[in-house]
Amino acid sequence: MSGRVLVGVKRVIDYAVKIRVKPDNSSVVTDGVKHSMNPFCEIAVEEAVKMKEKKLIKEVVAVSCGPQQAQETIRTALAMGADRGIHVEVTGKDYETLGPLQISKIMAALAKKEEAQLIILGKQAIDDDCNQTGQMTAALLDWPQGTFASEVSLEGDKIKVVREVDGGLETIKINVPAVITADLRLNTPRYATLPNIMKAKKKKIANMKPADLGVDITSRLEVLRVDEPPQRQAGVKEHKHGARNLAEGTL
Amino acid sequence: MAALFKARKALAVCLAGCRSLSQLAELPETHQLLRQTCRDFANRELAPIAARLDKEHSYPAKQIQDLGAMGVMAMEVPEELGGAGMDYLAYSLAMEEISRGCASTGVVVSVNNSLYIGPILKNGTEEQKTQWITPFATGEKVGCFALSEPGNGSDAGAASTVARQDGNEWVLNGTKAWITNSWDASATVGISAFLIPMPHPGLSLGKKEDKLGIRASSTANIILEDCRVPLDNMLGPRGAGFKIAMQTLDSGRIGIAAQALGIAQASLDCAADYAHKRTAFGSPIGKLQAIQIKLADMAVAIESARLLTWKAALLRDSKKPFTKEAAMAKLAASEAATFCSHQAIQILGGMGYVSDMPAERHYRDARITEIYEGTSEIQRLVIAGQLLKEYQS
Repeated sequence: MSGRVLVGVKRVIDYAVKIRVKPDNSSVVTDGVKHSMNPFCEIAVEEAVKMKEKKLIKEVVAVSCGPQQAQETIRTALAMGADRGIHVEVTGKDYETLGPLQISKIMAALAKKEEAQLIILGKQAIDDDCNQTGQMTAALLDWPQGTFASEVSLEGDKIKVVREVDGGLETIKINVPAVITADLRLNTPRYATLPNIMKAKKKKIANMKPADLGVDITSRLEVLRVDEPPQRQAGVKEHKHGARNLAEGTL
Repeated sequence: MAALFKARKALAVCLAGCRSLSQLAELPETHQLLRQTCRDFANRELAPIAARLDKEHSYPAKQIQDLGAMGVMAMEVPEELGGAGMDYLAYSLAMEEISRGCASTGVVVSVNNSLYIGPILKNGTEEQKTQWITPFATGEKVGCFALSEPGNGSDAGAASTVARQDGNEWVLNGTKAWITNSWDASATVGISAFLIPMPHPGLSLGKKEDKLGIRASSTANIILEDCRVPLDNMLGPRGAGFKIAMQTLDSGRIGIAAQALGIAQASLDCAADYAHKRTAFGSPIGKLQAIQIKLADMAVAIESARLLTWKAALLRDSKKPFTKEAAMAKLAASEAATFCSHQAIQILGGMGYVSDMPAERHYRDARITEIYEGTSEIQRLVIAGQLLKEYQS
């Protein structure tokens, strides 16, 4: 298999930041807060770049949907070794209501437009934890999917994926073209080398809007309210024989 | 008419300066990406092991190799020779972030970049650059710079190591002291500007010094006893050694300033975090004015030193004179590092005195920044010298 891989990269609040809910409970505070590439997306980029280094694929295209700042995330993917980027511009209210269904419609449209052979995404984003985009994208394209991948290899003209599932590990073989979502143990993402950071400056990022792809990004979901998780209450100290007493219904 | 001319000239000067000055307000995108990459590396790979490296005095060989693979060990070196091909502003940013994670790793990076590769890049022949720079860009080999001697530190001109020509070799005799990276280095540049591979017959190392701080980097004497090197190993023209050393130190000062900034910033991070969490008198201590005033003073000291460092780097990158600014940066940053690490311990109280928190290590690491690559006293003399020259005309 040779050809083009699309990698989706999402700009999320950095994992180390303490999240705060806005006073009106409409959403979380994002202004002035540190953002970075979703960790599972980093793993997806790394896998794609590795495949290119092994000459299994020819081109890695990094895709991100969002406002102007999404370009920083694409630039990071370019510095890791992606060849070019596509920034699908979504701003304001549209961006606030952007979710897996709209992203998968965009990814599906791009896959057709770019004649991609493989889409690699992170298994989920650490802000909404939806774990839906990969699966929905595969369904829209009617492509096979290898989700929660901890190992990906090529066997002839098929892709072998080892999946991390609740019961352990499941190995499947799927046809190309396909969608793969990256799990934690798939690889360890590289640090961008300084020469690659310099080269990334010259790589192209194409700009477009969802309408250019014929995608309607109206949301079918409405967020009613966002709350912090309840404060942890102090525990209750049991007597030495508390367990037995509890079973008997006394303290 | 004359006034119009002057005004136009002033505008031109201002615009030229503004191109670089605007970089002080907001860094270019590549530099931001570089800074973030180095910060991620320092947070994930250096900060978690810094305490252990310090305690065990152990050299971070793997991390230096990783940094070499990223291009950080040879930042100014062109890509054809194996480096990253970036400018000195990028180097200062990288140095600060690396040092914030581990000051010892920072000094290894700084010495390799500024003091070892620096003079070879500036004064070396093409063969010398290929032979002595490329293998040292990957982090597998590091270099060191031998200037000081037991008998002269600040008095660099009073060197007593001698070189005598004997046929097609130079024969070197003498002792060099306080050489950072000595035990881990594979080559050195001496005051008469010689390139010497290490190990080498006639070159031996003194015992590793047991230092107060930056303990993961090795510091020792280098002893030269009839150490013979080929004539081709001379760097630059004969007699240019002192000038090469002084030029090298000018650039090295920017690297050390950046290292000191990293230590200072790490101290502030530690103290500010503690101020949020530690409660006394019913509230986090960050609410107390005494603590707030300390934090404010620390932040101002760091930011001013940082701007001085960036300015010196930008001047160097624009090929303008930068001796005064480099000395100012090193002076300001090293005094900021000692001040901030001192205050950080004060804010942490008893916790600042024990190794459970990194504050005590920052205090020990900071102290050397006021001493090496020109003591604070020497920096003041350099600044005054430049200043007085300006006022003469």
